[in-house]
Amino acid sequence: MIAPRIRVLSLATVAALAALGLASCSKEEPPKPVAAPPAPPSMEVKIGSVAPLTGGIAHLGKDNENGVRLALEEATAAKFKIDGKEVKFVMVSEDDQADPKVGTTVAQKLVDAKVAGVVGHLNSGTSIPASAIYNTANLPMISGSATNPQLTEQGFKGVFRVVGRDDQQGPAVANYLASNAKPKTVAIIDDATAYGEGLANEVEKALKAAKIRVLPREKGDDKKSDWKAVLTKLKGRNPDAVFYGGMDATGGPLLKQARELKLKAVFAFGDGACTDKMKELAGEAADGLLCSQAGIPPQAASKKFLDAYKAKYKVDPILYSPFTYDAANLIIEAIKKAGSADPVKYLPELQKIEFSGATGKISFDEKGDRKDAEITIFSMKEGKLAPIAVVKGGQTVKFEDFIAQSATPAPAAAPAAAPAAEAPKADAPKADAAKK
Amino acid sequence: MDIFIQQLINGITVGAVYAMVALGYTMVFGIIQLINVAHGDVVMFGAMVAFSIIHALSGAGLPPLFVVTIATACAIPVCMLLGFAMERVAYRPLRNAPRLASLITAIGVSIILQHFALIIWSRNPLAFPQIIAVESFHIGEATITNVQLGMIGISTLIMTGLALLVYRTRLGAAMRATAQNAPIAGLMGIDANHVIAMTFVIGAGLAAIAGVMVANYYGIAHYTMGANLGLKAFCAAVLGGIGNLPGAMLGGVLLGVVEALGAGYIGDLTNNVFGSNYQDVFAFIVLILVLVFRPSGLLGERVGDRA
Repeated sequence: MIAPRIRVLSLATVAALAALGLASCSKEEPPKPVAAPPAPPSMEVKIGSVAPLTGGIAHLGKDNENGVRLALEEATAAKFKIDGKEVKFVMVSEDDQADPKVGTTVAQKLVDAKVAGVVGHLNSGTSIPASAIYNTANLPMISGSATNPQLTEQGFKGVFRVVGRDDQQGPAVANYLASNAKPKTVAIIDDATAYGEGLANEVEKALKAAKIRVLPREKGDDKKSDWKAVLTKLKGRNPDAVFYGGMDATGGPLLKQARELKLKAVFAFGDGACTDKMKELAGEAADGLLCSQAGIPPQAASKKFLDAYKAKYKVDPILYSPFTYDAANLIIEAIKKAGSADPVKYLPELQKIEFSGATGKISFDEKGDRKDAEITIFSMKEGKLAPIAVVKGGQTVKFEDFIAQSATPAPAAAPAAAPAAEAPKADAPKADAAKK
Repeated sequence: MDIFIQQLINGITVGAVYAMVALGYTMVFGIIQLINVAHGDVVMFGAMVAFSIIHALSGAGLPPLFVVTIATACAIPVCMLLGFAMERVAYRPLRNAPRLASLITAIGVSIILQHFALIIWSRNPLAFPQIIAVESFHIGEATITNVQLGMIGISTLIMTGLALLVYRTRLGAAMRATAQNAPIAGLMGIDANHVIAMTFVIGAGLAAIAGVMVANYYGIAHYTMGANLGLKAFCAAVLGGIGNLPGAMLGGVLLGVVEALGAGYIGDLTNNVFGSNYQDVFAFIVLILVLVFRPSGLLGERVGDRA
């Protein structure tokens, strides 16, 4: 007898929550003319957004969702028409809890909700299994943050990403190392995981192509904390630089022990060890570390985006919101070009799109990867990771120059976005304000 | 040559820790013939408790050495209590059960301890606060840090103390008597339960110190850190002759040195067919070789199987 009551109760809760959600949505919308005189016929297009909204990286998930919402609201405000009907974009946001199982469940939910496209997921681990579901339903998805190469290697036509891949990162960090530290001999260590070894292999290839001597590979494992024997051996070989493919938990002790042994080489790590935790784990030894991350740091996004984001959410973007903002705009742009929100009709437009967004020019290769995706090189200075350079299409640009380029109004100012409700000018975001 | 000396220093430092942990295995095995698989996790608990204490005291502006001493002084009783409870709750009821039953119980205790630590200290690797400033001393091109010297010195002191305890005190005599023949020792008026409990407590105390040393040395603590360390220490104990105290010390240091030299030189010796990732394998290769040629370990006595 209790069960039905609970069901009623939960239904009521859901209804209440939905109402709340609606209320908060409408509250956030810019005030618009309530009675547009002739009230043109309108149509609703739903766009899905998936990211972990609970759990340890919920702050990143929320940031992703904010990027999507901003893009959809701007597009709605622009009032473009399909078949004479004004398009109203609605966001359907789902929480995948960064859990692959939940990821596939919410993916099916979005398919059932008949969304026109999906922006997400945040993690590679959730994006890959979910992509199969979207593919079966012929629903395009664009991830703003998943870097694992496998995502776009599955042969799915509707799967895209707007960040770089792990196998673009290796050459980028290797080339930066080669051209700036000018090492003669480089030692490479990896943690014998798919990620660490894969990245280390890419780095080795690129270094060898640059005619730099690479010492025989040293290996540990993903739980190793005693690197002294390996490092002592390397010390005998006197390398000018050391690259480590692995995570911060093993990279921290590695760096600390290297400095204790007075190894003078430059250390370079991949994105797994390119976190603020390195400061804690390696202490002062972390200073001078070079490391790379896929994509550009948020403060390098276009000023138009940064201003609009700040004006709407009163905070600076954290990490991937410029990418999810662009991903949403790509779907909108493709819908506009195809004159239809039917995924089957707009997908060809998405595949050949040329778009200039918050993170620069975007177009996709045949796999669905972004052409010329950026990789950012960071350096640890006084306990903080500071971006120092951006690598794009084999070109390395100093970070300050990159910011300067993106700050000047892009030549082909985004054909998509909203001229109408231009956000009120907020105070210019400071480059260092956005923290990871 | 400098590289060789450096590898020796690395090996002896790690070996000192192995020796401390191996003593805990060997003492327990000597008395009740139990392989206490959970001993490695007691080491982890020592590191974790010290982590929390150092974290709590780090803002107080106390001298670093004092903070570490306090942290160790807190970790020791916690681990001792853990060792005592482990023996009382998990092993004593099974003392006369088949040997396999207590071994499986020990594995269970290990899993429980790891997951307790996971609940308390999370699954993330914890950065062990590096409050002791590292200073390096040079021997030729090789360097030895104050932390390494401290580790080697402290473990030598403690092992000497333990040897005195076992060979010069009444408790030590009781322990040796119980190890030789528990029922007869009981007839002579020795409380076997008390002696066995004390053995666990002393072993856990050593483990706590080893835990603080190893976490401080590597700068990292994690709830699974005890598993591999415990396995190596167990190898060291068997290498030296399990049940034999000097054997555990010798085995520990030897294992540490063999590992360091192995990882350092195998690449060159085999023309990079094998690399430094075989470092952990060395412990076990050495173990197998010793067991093939000297089944009772380096210092173990050849004894007939107890009836």
